[in-house]
Amino acid sequence: MQKIYLDNAATTQMSQAAVTEMLPYLREVYGNPSSLHSPGQEAAEALQRARERIAACLGCEAREIYFTSGGSEADNQAILSVAKQGLRRGKKHIISTAFEHHAVLHTLKKLEAEGFEVELLDVHEDGIVTAAQVKEAIRPDTCLVTIMYANNEIGTVQPIREIGAVCREAGVLFHTDAVQAVGHIPVNVKEDHIDLLSLSGHKFHGPKGVGALYARRGVLLTNLIEGGAQERGKRGGTENIPGIMAMAKALEEACTHMQAHTEKLRSLQDKLIEGLGQISHSILNGHRSQRLPGNVSFCFEGIEGEAMLLLLDDKGISASSGSACTSGSLDPSHVLLALGRPHEIAHGSLRLSLSAENTEEEIDYTIRAVEETVSYLRGISPVWRDLLAGKSEFVIQ
Amino acid sequence: MALYSEKVMDHFRNPRNVGVIENADGVGEVGNAKCGDIMKIYLKIENEIIVDVKFETFGCGSAIASSSMATELIKGKSIHEAMELSNKAVAEALDGLPAHKMHCSVLAEEAIKSAVKDYYDKNGIAYDKKLFPDCENCGHCHA
Repeated sequence: MQKIYLDNAATTQMSQAAVTEMLPYLREVYGNPSSLHSPGQEAAEALQRARERIAACLGCEAREIYFTSGGSEADNQAILSVAKQGLRRGKKHIISTAFEHHAVLHTLKKLEAEGFEVELLDVHEDGIVTAAQVKEAIRPDTCLVTIMYANNEIGTVQPIREIGAVCREAGVLFHTDAVQAVGHIPVNVKEDHIDLLSLSGHKFHGPKGVGALYARRGVLLTNLIEGGAQERGKRGGTENIPGIMAMAKALEEACTHMQAHTEKLRSLQDKLIEGLGQISHSILNGHRSQRLPGNVSFCFEGIEGEAMLLLLDDKGISASSGSACTSGSLDPSHVLLALGRPHEIAHGSLRLSLSAENTEEEIDYTIRAVEETVSYLRGISPVWRDLLAGKSEFVIQ
Repeated sequence: MALYSEKVMDHFRNPRNVGVIENADGVGEVGNAKCGDIMKIYLKIENEIIVDVKFETFGCGSAIASSSMATELIKGKSIHEAMELSNKAVAEALDGLPAHKMHCSVLAEEAIKSAVKDYYDKNGIAYDKKLFPDCENCGHCHA
């Protein structure tokens, strides 16, 4: 059976070039960059080069890049660092959105328990927050605005440059969780007026367990991990050199091929959205065009997402859902609820996230497979029967 | 997927007794679409024996498998035996369910009880109300 991987927002396959880049740092250049001897110094030089390469992709200076264990750590450190500075100045108001990743939302919850006031902006039915909303929400005691670059479930891209400009003008620090955006759409921290940015290697064909935090010069960071003087003293622990080298290579590759990949992905995305949109009582989640080129997210009325994923897996397709059953909680995805989708509709969600490796044939097969799966599950669903019989009303027309 | 036993996957992929019984003698529907699962069980009863049973389920893989297994376990049995079917028995017959999916087997037990209650009500048969605990107390979600 053919295997079709459509869960690239969860994680990606490492590129061959990234693997090749990593290998010498496992057995040959294995020194500790903090060591004085030449193997150590060789590793230190490689680390510096990786920092420069990543900085070049983001439009910042090498010294503004801090390597972390991934996107979640970077989010935690960015938010907690700014909050600590805010507290010193008596500024305890933080602005964010209702559909951030849990690495952001749970960190904000923790701050709320410590007395911070967190304001979550509405993302509307199309999954986009506006710069005007941010401007209106900023108060004299606002210390931080943290808004994701692109949403992980529905792929909507936020007007980051305008939001950054609003924050810069107001003198409020701006953090963006750009885990889904970096390597997929153009991101330039200077032009976008970003003060802090989180990224993760495995979302752009790099390795897992490595990420980075960009912090503009002058933004004070607080350690999450105490230890040695690594990362300018802001993150203890011997650097994950093989991972960092591979991440740098993967990011360079992603940025080099971004335009070509985007063109290909847009055409596959159009085809997939068009095809799934033909299924009755289905709806695309998030803005039609202001979204990542590889993201397709749908809700299908009358069925539940986990069952859909299991059946698609049987057909060789790896996908994901915002259904409660896939998360182990009783509530469906907070992202879909933030769009205003009712619970029963949010349970029937499907996320397909593409990579440039996917083909048109795979998309055709996927459309047929989803159609069959939805139709089969509706056939055994009492909810669907009641809808057809007019005993309850369709939410999705 | 290793999340579920082979038995669960088998009953999910090839559910037994799917469908509707027209003019059923007892119909039970439990769950809530908001919570992501609804089970509906139809019983055909002759001389206190369940001669046919069908189900429809809106829900996850384990909800569909639990309904399928539960219908298998009560088909051909007396209503009294059906009333004794516990969620544990359903889960065990499926070679176990993940802890956070046990509520699916609870729903299956409740759906059968609810269908039997409907049969009693329709036929004016007296019964002990304690046999049918309120859904409010079942511990399932009430979103």
